[in-house]
Amino acid sequence: MLNSTIAAISTAQGLGGIGVIRISGDDAFTIADKVFVAVSNNKLGDVKGYTAHFGAVYYNNEKIDECVATVFRAPHSYTGENVVEFSVHGGTYVTKTVLRAVLDNGAVPALAGEFTKRAFLNGKLDLTEAEAVMDIIGAKSHAAAKSALTVHEGALSKSINEVKEDLVLRAAHLCAWADYPEEDIPEIEFNALKDALDIAYNKLSFLLSNYDKGKAIRDGIDTVIVGRPNVGKSTLMNLITGYDKSIVTDIAGTTRDVVEETAVVKDITLHLSDTAGIRDADNAIEKIGVDKAKKRLSTAELIIAVFDASAELSHDDISILNDIKGSICIAVINKEDLDIKLDIEKIKEVTENIVFMSAKAKTGVKEFEDILEKVAGTADFDASNAVLSNERQRSLAKASFDALSDAINALDMGMTYDAVTVSLEDAIAFLCELTGERVTETVVDNVFHQFCVGK
Amino acid sequence: MSTYFAGNYDVAVIGAGHAGIEAALASARLGCKTAIFTINMDAVGNCPCNPSIGGTAKGHLVREIDALGGEMGKTADECFLQMRMLNLGKGPAVHSLRAQIDRRKYQDVMKHKLELCDNLDLRQAEITDIEKNDDGTWTITTRMLAQFIAKTVIIATGTYLGGKIFIGEVSYESGPDGVFPATFLGESLRKLGISTRRFKTGTPARVKRSTIDLDRLEVQQGDNPPVPFSFDTESLGENKVVCHVSYTNEDTKKIILDNIHRSPLYGGKIEGVGPRYCPSLEDKIVRFEHKERHQLFIEPCGLDTEEMYLQGMSSSLPEEVQLQFYHTIPGLENALIMRPAYAIEYDCIDPTTMNATLEFRDFEGLYGAGQFNGSSGYEEAAAQGLVAGINAAHKVLGKEPFILDRASSYIGTLIDDLVTKGANEPYRMMTSRSEYRLILRQDNADERLTKIGYELGLISQERYERFNKKQELIKQELNRAKNTVIPYSDELNDILVSRETSKVSNSIRLIELLKRPQLNYEVLKSVDVTRPDLPMSVFEQVEIAIKYDGYIKKQLAQVEQMRKLEVKKLPDDVDYKTLTGLRLEAQEKLSKIRPANIGQASRISGVSPADISVLLIWLAKRSQDTHSSEVKNDV
Repeated sequence: MLNSTIAAISTAQGLGGIGVIRISGDDAFTIADKVFVAVSNNKLGDVKGYTAHFGAVYYNNEKIDECVATVFRAPHSYTGENVVEFSVHGGTYVTKTVLRAVLDNGAVPALAGEFTKRAFLNGKLDLTEAEAVMDIIGAKSHAAAKSALTVHEGALSKSINEVKEDLVLRAAHLCAWADYPEEDIPEIEFNALKDALDIAYNKLSFLLSNYDKGKAIRDGIDTVIVGRPNVGKSTLMNLITGYDKSIVTDIAGTTRDVVEETAVVKDITLHLSDTAGIRDADNAIEKIGVDKAKKRLSTAELIIAVFDASAELSHDDISILNDIKGSICIAVINKEDLDIKLDIEKIKEVTENIVFMSAKAKTGVKEFEDILEKVAGTADFDASNAVLSNERQRSLAKASFDALSDAINALDMGMTYDAVTVSLEDAIAFLCELTGERVTETVVDNVFHQFCVGK
Repeated sequence: MSTYFAGNYDVAVIGAGHAGIEAALASARLGCKTAIFTINMDAVGNCPCNPSIGGTAKGHLVREIDALGGEMGKTADECFLQMRMLNLGKGPAVHSLRAQIDRRKYQDVMKHKLELCDNLDLRQAEITDIEKNDDGTWTITTRMLAQFIAKTVIIATGTYLGGKIFIGEVSYESGPDGVFPATFLGESLRKLGISTRRFKTGTPARVKRSTIDLDRLEVQQGDNPPVPFSFDTESLGENKVVCHVSYTNEDTKKIILDNIHRSPLYGGKIEGVGPRYCPSLEDKIVRFEHKERHQLFIEPCGLDTEEMYLQGMSSSLPEEVQLQFYHTIPGLENALIMRPAYAIEYDCIDPTTMNATLEFRDFEGLYGAGQFNGSSGYEEAAAQGLVAGINAAHKVLGKEPFILDRASSYIGTLIDDLVTKGANEPYRMMTSRSEYRLILRQDNADERLTKIGYELGLISQERYERFNKKQELIKQELNRAKNTVIPYSDELNDILVSRETSKVSNSIRLIELLKRPQLNYEVLKSVDVTRPDLPMSVFEQVEIAIKYDGYIKKQLAQVEQMRKLEVKKLPDDVDYKTLTGLRLEAQEKLSKIRPANIGQASRISGVSPADISVLLIWLAKRSQDTHSSEVKNDV
């Protein structure tokens, strides 16, 4: 944990022209040399610190991109450790693939704030900065937890969980069989165990090879559209995405769930959620929608708050303004084609990004795009969090896969089941890390759930 | 009525069960003037449940206690009736020794050892009150109003503290086996500010041997030859008894289900939390309704008694229902119940209020061990007693605290689990609870712990030298296995074929052969002509070291990782609520558990890796702060 070599994408995603992947730790050079080939053919492990080298990065022997590798030798680096930074052409695909290559060759995904933490522990930051560093880690881990939340709700996470549960069942059987030898626990059938492990092995293998397909990895800015009922959120959503997705009627409270869509506006990818209008709901079903909307608000990276130009600021509007205070947000004053009754002073206190438009009459669209571009270009979204949670999930799935291979090898070699069990538990432990569980407890709990044991 | 002053002690141990005994012996042997109080002189070292010591994971604990100089293993050897190494064939990590013992003899031997031990007074008294004195010592008062002053106190009250027995609709205050309970001490502890809770456990009936039709039942023999627990016991002689096996059936199930409303547990009378792994028969039948039959073992309680223990048949149903359902079991149709089964509820504490030394964090000099701490089982109790006894003595002697970590032993794992995760039910040791089980084996407990026991002063010079000699032999034999070449021969290939492993076409090193799971020292005997004459235990160690080398190395690497965090101590006075960057849940958990080091903190559920990062930074800052202020003071 303390001495592993870590890696992460250290530039905001999909926004800049250049993407930087940073590797830090004892093995930084060894790992970097496995994926990077310099034009000069020099090994990064042999070159001096503070030097840059032009070459290319490879993943599974395929060239990904041209690349400049900058080498820092411990202790003369940000973290005080050996550091390599790969600068590649920006763009999510390239940066992510480079990170993947680095992780597959022995680095582990950096935890929230881990570069900063190492810098501090290695004496690279001033003592007075300790509290700031602790705050940064706190904040970053909060942001990472937000992304992890999204990841955990995904289909992929469900598949991983299924594999974990299958393995836990097997481990619990092995444990019950060993811990309760006199309690007529069913014998361990070699073939049945082997089949179960093979199935889990194949599932993990399939998961890993199909990891990036579909929407496994989400790029772009996680954006939520909020506003009290009937201010035109769904119309705005439809305008941005280009077709009718949300149900649009003029009955307040029609959008009762969270609608999600991905749209590209001026090369900026937005993951849009249209939410139920936030108001003090009296109807139970609507209330669920409102609660969901508020939850989305707390996990979103960008908030588009919609207000009705033709009405005065209501109690519900003010409550929304309170909720979004301190977040990165754009205030859309919709229905500018109607009589303007709204006083925007209160809104100005919360954000300077205000745009007047009419989603229905399609006016103010260019202004909206400009302000979006400005916000996306300047705000620090730290979108690498989402990628990193995904990469962390993937690298743990990979580690689990390797441990499972060990378990299957032990079985094939004819090792005793205690050796099979410890490898199997290692495999489960990596999957448990995703949810913060501990393998021994999970397995022991399952023993009692599954088997009738005890004197 | 007034109290009288009755004497001073360094260490006072309340309770003379398995925890109290190890605690008192350790403290007295370390040179502390020690008193051990028992509520009844005839209840010392009682085994109120099964007449056996050891079993899965518990056998590991007994051997570890022995390697550290404790008494349980030796006494079990002296009183054994039958020895079985469980799980043979399942791998060395889960091999576990279990002894059927002569229950009364065990008590007599243990009591006599206490009586003969220097520095130790065994006294019959119910402790009714415990109070902290201004000078840091403790005053304990007996029911007879004697007052003792002790520098440290170890509470090992087992199921006696507020004990209450339930048999169907009948319930009464009592300790186990009809001995009276400790009625006042619980209130005294609560007055001190120690909160208690209720746990529950139970035991089956004892039936008269001559009324069981043993001839019809399956016999369970002991091992031949029987293997002792203690690394000090040379040999055991022969097994003295056999056990028998029978099963419940549909009739048993029907009687229990028809009467389930009469169970105090299902009737809601028992508030205590019972262990999942030690369920009553009615629990098993209700929770696993589809299961057709449940196994039971019929075990003799001793050589000079006809009482037989029915392992697996614990119950708190009324006596008449017990009689009915026991009579449905083959072989027990005419069984006479000598003692009925019962459930017992008792007071215990939340072990997360303790340090890994088993000292209460908020009460210096006050320790707890055994069921009082929320565990279950004789062996778990003895293990904690030993650690509490050593620590109480060390406190008196001004020595360093004695802490075993998870990677050192099952004892360390047990205590870390208790003080870090707490116990929501009586905690039983299992091999599944140890993540390092391939290196924490019962066969190498001596290798792991004898040196520590010797350094503590609990292992004699003579035994330590014998241990070192064994280690030397293991090293030499390992070298010989590495360097010995077994020449190619038809005989060798015949052996390989008969063991279903691939033939060789050239000479091969002995170590390469031993790596194969199909082969062992025994089968290679005829081709390994330079083999020296060594004890079996030496060959066993070498064989395991060779066969499991890859797995052992992997676990050792995990241990090394863990220990890096374990040495980063967290000071006692951290106010976690003020540490910015910690999540709220982490702040709360850390404030409650107060981990001793970063490693322990990382094992608390709800403390994330990011929280650990925050703690590491805070620690680094603090150590730099302390360092710079020291420098200033020097100036």
